[in-house]
Amino acid sequence: MNDSVATRAAQATPPGVARRVKGLSDRAIAWIFVGPTIFLLLAINIFPLIWTIRLSFTNFRANRPNREVEWVGLRNYERILGDSDIWLSMQATAHFLIWTIVLQVLIGFTLAWLINKKFRGNDLWTTIIVLPMMLSPAVVGNFWTFLYQPQIGLFNYVITWFTGADPSSFEMLGSVNLAPWSIIIVDTWMWTPFVMLICLAGLRSIPDYIYEAAEIDRASKLRQFFTITLPMVLPFLMLAVLFRGIENFKMFDLVVQLTGGGPGSITELASINLKREAFEKWRTGYSSAFAIILFVTVFGLASIYVKALNKVKER
Amino acid sequence: MSGLSSAWSVTEPSSRQKWIAGILVIGYALITMMPLLWVFLTGFKTPPDSISYPPKVIFEPSVEGYVNLFTTRTRVTPSQLDALPPPANFAEEIVRQRDMVIAGPSKFGERFMNSVIIGFGSTFLSIVLGTMAAYAFSRFRIPFTDDLMFFILSTRMMPPIAVAIPIFLMYRQLGLSDTHLGMILLYTAVNISLAVWLLKGFIDEIPREYEEAALIDGYTRFQAFYKVVLPQAATGIASTAIFCLIFAWNEYAFAVLLTSGNAQTAPPFIPTIIGVGGLDWPAVAAGATIFLLPVMIFTILLRKHLLRGITFGAVRK
Repeated sequence: MNDSVATRAAQATPPGVARRVKGLSDRAIAWIFVGPTIFLLLAINIFPLIWTIRLSFTNFRANRPNREVEWVGLRNYERILGDSDIWLSMQATAHFLIWTIVLQVLIGFTLAWLINKKFRGNDLWTTIIVLPMMLSPAVVGNFWTFLYQPQIGLFNYVITWFTGADPSSFEMLGSVNLAPWSIIIVDTWMWTPFVMLICLAGLRSIPDYIYEAAEIDRASKLRQFFTITLPMVLPFLMLAVLFRGIENFKMFDLVVQLTGGGPGSITELASINLKREAFEKWRTGYSSAFAIILFVTVFGLASIYVKALNKVKER
Repeated sequence: MSGLSSAWSVTEPSSRQKWIAGILVIGYALITMMPLLWVFLTGFKTPPDSISYPPKVIFEPSVEGYVNLFTTRTRVTPSQLDALPPPANFAEEIVRQRDMVIAGPSKFGERFMNSVIIGFGSTFLSIVLGTMAAYAFSRFRIPFTDDLMFFILSTRMMPPIAVAIPIFLMYRQLGLSDTHLGMILLYTAVNISLAVWLLKGFIDEIPREYEEAALIDGYTRFQAFYKVVLPQAATGIASTAIFCLIFAWNEYAFAVLLTSGNAQTAPPFIPTIIGVGGLDWPAVAAGATIFLLPVMIFTILLRKHLLRGITFGAVRK
């Protein structure tokens, strides 16, 4: 509504008003105001991106800047697509991405639905639940390694207390089977509130009269949930999934601190693999090509998803 | 019969439903707070208490973790220890119980100050540039506004490591690597997309009539912006600023790749706090507590605008 009011106001304004006043013309002010932002983004986002594209066709190594640089054409890209390490890291990313989204959507939606029952003090508890997602992922990852310590860690102790398992018999971060789940648990702990907040906004946007009408039509509560609540929250839920999807596809800081990609390379997500190639093996050209592939993948998937989201919204 | 006498709505959950929902949500909140509470408690444990089994919930509080966080220590022999003058302060006393003396301040204070300088510097710059750009996008007809806005947003989709490679090379050429200015510019570039999107939303909500009245009264466009729009947008600007500050405060990937000593912020530093014989958990916990506490306070202050901030203004409530 606000937008359309603003637009109407704009159309109603005689264009002469601005021009008649003294000082710089509106057009000049517009460019002075927008210019610095565009310049900064060009210098620190677009220029580096173009540089990355250029590097991706070379065998440049940043730790040997004086060595002669050769153009290798598409060879870096060909090698990446045939590199089993890269495919493993993409698999690890997919596993992480799918499970974090599934868990966060389920828990987040349930929480939002419960909070929307408007029990007394729900604002206070919502704020408390939200705290983890505002914290520094690197510091969160670091202190979760403490909670995951084999014997002394709180997490292991709680599990032991419930299951009776020997507290030193399992290592959340050190075992190949458990490490992928350890990172999913921490990410879910941290980001469920994000999904919850967005779902809550969705639930609160549903006007009461729709439920009242359904009640008059004697629709059961279950039916109301599936024909009113869920469809009306869906666009919000999809938006939350979009944000989490993009963020977790680039996931780096949290997991680097938790497992560093280990044990072996079982939790080596795409960004961690990229960091290793670029800043440990110093294969700058090769890693640039990988970076471009990742960027194009995120951008492509996000665009398709946004189209689907808009379709859902139109319904 | 009493049910009939008061206004009754079909959408109002019954009191039993409210009770159940309340208990479940509070249960979740308590579980989710456990890790944070545990870290806070660990900061006040002695190193042996912090690694005891079973984990100690009741313990004698100590500030050893905080002392260790802010100092570097060297081990001395008992005879050397006896020869020393009596401890000058409580920190000396705690350290000497472990057969050590304070050798000097640790780097934590410096790293924390770097976080403050870079956080506030980049927030200030993002807000100044972002408010100007948002105003222009909101009020003037700029060609390709939608495309430009989308371009500004899309810069957020790049994995930080992907941009870090050329920025690393570029900063090396320009002499900006490991400098405060370099990090401030970088975080500003990352934050500006958020700032422009959020601020445009806030400015769109301010009626144009106010400025037009000011223009007719003889204000220049710039005066109208400065004296009419800015005060109206103050709340929006403040909450956007806190979001920018929190992002810069929390950022890790660029900090760990592009800084090493001079301009390193706290997030890459806290995990490297090493004590004698492995990680000194109370010191790490103390560092995490000091570092996370400001963000928690800001989050509570922000709670009304939280949703808008985390969704780039897509959900306004």
